[in-house]
Amino acid sequence: MDRIPILKVGEFLLVSIQVDMHDRLAMSLQDELTAQVVKTQAKGVLIDISTLDIVDSFIGRMLGNMATMSRVLGAQAVVVGMQPAVAITIVELGLVLSNVRTALDVDKGLALLQSLVNPSEGSNDHEPTDA
Amino acid sequence: MNPLTLDTLPLRTSEDIVQMRRSTRSWMVEHGFSLVDQTKMVTAASELARNAIDYGGGGSARLELLTDQGRVGIRAVIQDHGPGIANLAQAMTDGYTSGQGLGLGLPGSKRLVDDFEIWSEPGQGTRVSIVKWR
Repeated sequence: MDRIPILKVGEFLLVSIQVDMHDRLAMSLQDELTAQVVKTQAKGVLIDISTLDIVDSFIGRMLGNMATMSRVLGAQAVVVGMQPAVAITIVELGLVLSNVRTALDVDKGLALLQSLVNPSEGSNDHEPTDA
Repeated sequence: MNPLTLDTLPLRTSEDIVQMRRSTRSWMVEHGFSLVDQTKMVTAASELARNAIDYGGGGSARLELLTDQGRVGIRAVIQDHGPGIANLAQAMTDGYTSGQGLGLGLPGSKRLVDDFEIWSEPGQGTRVSIVKWR
């Protein structure tokens, strides 16, 4: 069966969704991701959907669930790389990813996660926290 | 001109939804639709295929090529033999759902395509026809 790999990058997890997901795969990804967040105590999750050529309401709901589950477990989640045609389509479909943070690409998503996890980083106002 | 059948697909499992998306996409590409139109049609087909499986207990889909005065269209007809929809007006309302979904499937799909028709009879099932014109 297909499996979507979850990579650990520093204190973050990176999930790159590269296959056309059927429901069972989407469900197993949710399970796997929450297990990995707990196991690695990740501070953030980056979900790359740059190769997804559609997002329907089922996949949208799954992305929202993954973001919410991660947050409940103490990790911030950012969805990155949505194709422009997909963005146009989900707006017309009426899908509101209100509980999902998004960024243009992996670089910007990582920067956003850094700022969410270490809001004081880059300023000298605070003592550095444990790495 | 009579529509030309491009493909017929069973709709029973979620793998069938993936197959429906692939077939719709490849025929849209074949007939020169823009990326945005491909994406809208594939998304609408995916929503309706899921409805047929989740609420209609499964069914089938047919993809057709339409030609009308030089225009080219792709039609998807999604049919199930489920309980049918008692209140179509309500089902076409954003946010109304009888199940676990977001209630976007029918009204959302309608917004993504050029032509949208739905027939439903309690006890007989539901048939939805969508067309995207190039």
